[in-house]
Amino acid sequence: MSKEPVAVVGIGQTKHVAARRDVSLAGLVREAAGRALADAELTWADIDAVVIGKAPDFFEGVMMPELYLADALGAVGKPMLRVHTAGSVGGSTALVATNLIAGRVHGTVLTLAYEKQSESNAMWGLSLPIPFQQPLLAGAGGFFAPHVRAYMRRTGAPDTVGSLVAYKDRRNALKNPYAHLHEHDITLEKVQASPMLWDPIRYSETCPSSDGACAMILTDRAGAARSPRPPAWLHGGAMRSEPTLFAGKDCVSPQAGKDCAADVYRQAGIADPRRDIDAVEMYVPFSWYEPMWLENLGFAEEGEGWKLTESGVTELDGDLPVNMSGGVLSTNPIGASGMIRFAEAALQVRGQAGEHQVEGARRVLGHAYGGGSQFFSMWLVGAEPPSS
Amino acid sequence: MPPIRDIAVVAFAQSDHLRTTDELSEVEMLIPVLHAVLDQTGLKTSDIGFTCSGSSDYLAGRAFSFTMALDGVGAWPPISESHVEMDGAWALYEAWTKLLTGDADTALVYGYGKSSPGSVRDVLTRQLDPYYVAPLWPDSVALAALQAQALIDAGETDEAALAGVASRSRASAATNSHAQVRGSVPQGEYLVRPLRVGDCPPVGDGAAAVILAAGERARELCERPAWIRGIDHRIEAHGLGVRDLTDSPSTRLAAERAGAFERPVDTAELHAPFTSQEVVLRKALRLGEEVRVNPSGGALAANPIMAAGLIRIGEAAARVHRGESDRALAHATSGPCLQQNLVAVLEGDPR
Repeated sequence: MSKEPVAVVGIGQTKHVAARRDVSLAGLVREAAGRALADAELTWADIDAVVIGKAPDFFEGVMMPELYLADALGAVGKPMLRVHTAGSVGGSTALVATNLIAGRVHGTVLTLAYEKQSESNAMWGLSLPIPFQQPLLAGAGGFFAPHVRAYMRRTGAPDTVGSLVAYKDRRNALKNPYAHLHEHDITLEKVQASPMLWDPIRYSETCPSSDGACAMILTDRAGAARSPRPPAWLHGGAMRSEPTLFAGKDCVSPQAGKDCAADVYRQAGIADPRRDIDAVEMYVPFSWYEPMWLENLGFAEEGEGWKLTESGVTELDGDLPVNMSGGVLSTNPIGASGMIRFAEAALQVRGQAGEHQVEGARRVLGHAYGGGSQFFSMWLVGAEPPSS
Repeated sequence: MPPIRDIAVVAFAQSDHLRTTDELSEVEMLIPVLHAVLDQTGLKTSDIGFTCSGSSDYLAGRAFSFTMALDGVGAWPPISESHVEMDGAWALYEAWTKLLTGDADTALVYGYGKSSPGSVRDVLTRQLDPYYVAPLWPDSVALAALQAQALIDAGETDEAALAGVASRSRASAATNSHAQVRGSVPQGEYLVRPLRVGDCPPVGDGAAAVILAAGERARELCERPAWIRGIDHRIEAHGLGVRDLTDSPSTRLAAERAGAFERPVDTAELHAPFTSQEVVLRKALRLGEEVRVNPSGGALAANPIMAAGLIRIGEAAARVHRGESDRALAHATSGPCLQQNLVAVLEGDPR
């Protein structure tokens, strides 16, 4: 029994901004979906099912918004699934949609993820007002800063590495018309001089809070044959979860992330990710997560990730470009951020990434994580159809 | 096109559904159910190929509420896992598609919800169009009453017939030890005309879990697996004004796609939280009097939100397991006035 090959034939994003006051939630998602359909040169009638994802409902104050959004996404009369796996949800959503095709349930599926954070307050939405659990810890940065410290202590990384990542990603974002932050006057000195928020994480090393949506049209082999533009082919996809907090947890390099990557590489026939993968869109909401994930994903030996970053390997013109789009550090509509990583990976292998295109990108990894570094979703897409 | 792989429900467990469970967290409510369903098959968490759950942050009153449940599952070593912010029936659908791809041979599916900490009627208003409808706070009972009145006006039912649905459901629930409301209970006063207390579901807390398995694995784990012959779900427009509330085209289409009309079913477990919704569903599903509807008592006997749909699939499957049904239909719903509907057809091996 073999799975149906899955291809990405349409990608659409909104221009991500701090507040899209000109559109409703429905208007926002429809904009991204419409662009994905246009890219695939398909109409709403060509879509068999819709799979939608976002991070918590509290971010916009709408419970189970797939009900309200059914009309806007042309889903009336169709199956509609709503995925929620915390920050990894954008990636998970795409993978759930993938399974509908791989399992031959549907031929062509619209998948979309969004967040309209201006409708609410993410800090409040992330609060955990339950007794006997850890308090808020001053937002996500408060939760993750100790893990960054642990990484620095464990690897001996100099404290300059985080600012290099931020400086790189913000410059990459200038080449991406959909990116939220376009800081034309960015300098390394400005990043390093920005206020310290959660030591060692500075203001310019954190992600913004964005409104935005990302959509993809996924289809089977027959659908891909009709695609007007080069498809991106799925070579491997996986999700892994582990508990939030327990004694054996490695918060710096979680086992679930390693297992997830290993599963994707096995499916895609990747023996040496550093050599076999051309570029990576990884989920880096705080700059230090680039070196941390480089190790977790197998691109560097343990303790060596920061050296790749420091040597310029992850620059747009480096040997292993990371976050060509500007990444989560430049654009963070939380529920959509994972799907943007997946979509940007697909754009690269389709040769459609415009100014931030990596020449000759044939195999690109998209990565997302969420919760307390406990939910992981990843896919590897290629310019060629999978061989098996 | 028939599914490319035979997949069956091989085990089902549920909590006792209670009006309040103040002494339990969601996780504490869920864990015994997970143990019970695993014990039925002898599987451990680490044996399961894929895990998927359904729940709602809004019921829990906090973001990422499902992460705590995952700790209860015991996701170590790390597991292949996903979550839908929907009834567990849709989590089962996601798990079914995962098994179809061949990436896993077994799946653990669970759904849970505690309605007791808040006012569920108010909470469910937050599902509505956030700009034009939700600010008016029209609650779930009021919206169901609109649907019931439309049915009465169309001559499709009357209050006496609705009362009959209620008393039949509770009588059936008399033998269901998990049910929250059972036996002879008066219809009570009007809650929102034309619906009386007895026409409406009890508000309560509960959890359910199911194990799915593919092919020979299913036969190893269960004497008489409940094979999923078809499963499909469809959604309708959100605005009640553009829908015919006396009909459920999404249920009919899902049933068609699930193959429900190819041969008669002997049993139907319908997720009809309101008596009037059973009238709508019976018509859409073309269920005659000969079909045993809701032998468990249905959602009128216990309606733990986010689990009640999965329980319909579990109850239907359990009847197949016990040899009390050969071909059963299970239905789940979501959204106001049956906006979104899922239909599964379950069969036992011929005897």
